[in-house]
Amino acid sequence: MADKLLTIEHLKKSYGDNLILKDFNLTVNRGEVVVIIGPSGCGKSTLLRCINGLEEIQGGEIKLYGEKIDRNKKNIAEIRQKIGMVFQSYELFPHKTVLQNIILAPIKVQKRSKSDVIKEAEYLLEKVGLSDKRDVYPRQLSGGQKQRVAIVRALCMHPEIMLFDEVTAALDPEMVREVLDTILELAKQGRTMIVVTHEMSFARAVSDRVLFLDKGEIIEEDIPERIFDNPKTERARRFFNTFEYDAVKNHTDTLNRKV
Amino acid sequence: MLRRLERSDRLNWSVIEKYLPLYEKATVLTLKIGWLGVLFSVAIGLAVSLIVHYRIPVLRQTAKIYIEIFRNTPLLIQLFFIYFGLPKIGVSFSPEFCGVLGLGLLGGSYMAETFRSGIEAVDKIQYETALSLGMSKAQVMFHIVLPQAITYSTPAFVANIIFLLKETSVFSAISLMDLMFTAKDLIGLYYKTAECLVMLVVFYLLILLPVSVIGSVVERRLSYASFGD
Repeated sequence: MADKLLTIEHLKKSYGDNLILKDFNLTVNRGEVVVIIGPSGCGKSTLLRCINGLEEIQGGEIKLYGEKIDRNKKNIAEIRQKIGMVFQSYELFPHKTVLQNIILAPIKVQKRSKSDVIKEAEYLLEKVGLSDKRDVYPRQLSGGQKQRVAIVRALCMHPEIMLFDEVTAALDPEMVREVLDTILELAKQGRTMIVVTHEMSFARAVSDRVLFLDKGEIIEEDIPERIFDNPKTERARRFFNTFEYDAVKNHTDTLNRKV
Repeated sequence: MLRRLERSDRLNWSVIEKYLPLYEKATVLTLKIGWLGVLFSVAIGLAVSLIVHYRIPVLRQTAKIYIEIFRNTPLLIQLFFIYFGLPKIGVSFSPEFCGVLGLGLLGGSYMAETFRSGIEAVDKIQYETALSLGMSKAQVMFHIVLPQAITYSTPAFVANIIFLLKETSVFSAISLMDLMFTAKDLIGLYYKTAECLVMLVVFYLLILLPVSVIGSVVERRLSYASFGD
């Protein structure tokens, strides 16, 4: 029996008249990696923001281990501690060093002992190859390094689930790899994650399940092998086609043969 | 005739020496009221900017009206209202208190806008990131937003302080014996216009140059601490 960690039922989210998510349903089990792909404006990022209680929702329910996520409820800060979120633009705190960025919340929010948190931060920094950056300010880091620090910062809170919102979209191509490797490593450790990405080969490598989203609805949902190699819907097929037309040559060829 | 004119053009140092103690006394008064006014304005400014930022109903509208009234009227007229107007409704304060009050209210409206713009300059996603780490709203404000906001508003903040200290020159109108009052008084009594005015400029510079210099040092330090360069 799968261990349901996150359940989303009939989620509705709109900005004014603009309906972003309509009747969205999703269950994420413990240890599962769900990748969400889709054209820009399809509601991927909004979905992650809703899960973290950063957005007011217009209907439905989001639950983490059966506990309702409601941004207006008192316990929202407590729930957010269990949800690690990494943003596209890293969002390190510019006035704090790398180490201070990482240890701030564990110490101030979770009231853990400073020496323990520093030890853990140092261990995690070493794992992502940034031990020597411990005391520098974010400005002095490359985009890829900033993003790895942001991941470590989220990890240090011991979250139940990690949300990655297009974390490589703002990076130079040569830095994308170092960040993706970090996330892949987390997946191997059995962490529960929802990953929004445009990196198709990465999505294939990291995911247990892929959701193809368009206009706020799940168009297709499958294991990566099937959804990438043999999408059932025309919409998904067209989307993958534009994405991979030269990256995965034979993939495109198969599609062409079918069309 | 020509020679005499030349001589009278030169500054008479003995006069300057004689007036020095009076100017020193006036400087102390100017500094005291000026800095108390600045402190008062910082307190008002912080409170008002937080009221505006958190959109506290009623108080917020009141704050807006306050800012517009005090930013758009001259200090001199505000002082007249406080010093000559308030006694008519039975409230009277000493000239010193009126000076601090006037400067504080004027400065408060400027400081409020400065702090507000500093707070607004902090990207919204910085709040969200901090919230996503489980911080409370107060923790976000204290650890993430304010430190960055202070850095953003330092240049304007220092400019406000200099502006306010200079505004003390209208205090003479409510019979406060500040630098301006002393200079005008001495000119009226002894006609040593050049000496009195040069001394006035020098003393204002003595008050303000350190603020300017310290301000830019602080600005550089803060920007290093905040952004690492």
